[in-house]
Amino acid sequence: MHPGRYLPVMTALLFGAIAVPAHAATIQITMQDLVFAPAEISTKVGDTIEWINKDVFVHTATARNGDFDVTIAPKKTVTSVLKKAGTVEYYCRFHPNMKAVLTIAP
Amino acid sequence: MFVRMSAAIAALSLLTGPALAQGAKPTDPEIAHIAYTAGVIDIAAAKQAIEKAGNKDVKAFAQDMVRDHEAVNKQALDLVKKLKVTPEDNDTSKTLSKQAADKLAELAKLKGADYDKAYVANEVAYHKAVNGALETQLIPSASNAELKSLLQTGLKIFQGHQQHAEQVAAKLK
Repeated sequence: MHPGRYLPVMTALLFGAIAVPAHAATIQITMQDLVFAPAEISTKVGDTIEWINKDVFVHTATARNGDFDVTIAPKKTVTSVLKKAGTVEYYCRFHPNMKAVLTIAP
Repeated sequence: MFVRMSAAIAALSLLTGPALAQGAKPTDPEIAHIAYTAGVIDIAAAKQAIEKAGNKDVKAFAQDMVRDHEAVNKQALDLVKKLKVTPEDNDTSKTLSKQAADKLAELAKLKGADYDKAYVANEVAYHKAVNGALETQLIPSASNAELKSLLQTGLKIFQGHQQHAEQVAAKLK
């Protein structure tokens, strides 16, 4: 009857639906043969990291600045959401020779 | 004291000594046995540390050693089974085992902070020696590609442990 009335609502729904996935990406970081891959990656606050451990060893992804500390059991995947912006160096507490960098945009 | 502490390390350096320099490079069954023995030695040392260590970082480190070395050795056993290779005992393995047993007995006499320091110091030195043997002798001598690849993963794990042990040692000071 008055289609014009619904337009703002529909527009909001439409944009909302598009905006959400565009903001929150899912990024995979694998641990295989004692190496984080990719070693450097750009992300954004709100993105989800899928930490995929392909080794038979337990690993951690531990931020040097204390922002995160994720433990990943052998052959398991753990997800975590990035909460703070910054360039974060992280490593595995059990195998400190495993090192990588996450660049997290605000 | 440090001379005695590094008894097992001396055995590993035999690998790069004259016996092998004369061209007697270890065979795959011998390499498998040496690598497996090196893991077993570190597991035994770690189990003693889980019992004896007072410091919680040292105890946690020892638990990491048991977990990782058991995982590596399980992979090694799976591989030798798959390749139908029977690991062969050899002089290097024998010397390693004998000297590790002496080292365990020596550490058994220590207590408290003295024990913690001696265990971690030996872990640093032991992993360093194993890494040297892997890099210069075992990996280059391995002919089977899968064995070589497992040894390369083993090297990265051992290098990680060496750094971890160095961090724990630094905190004990």
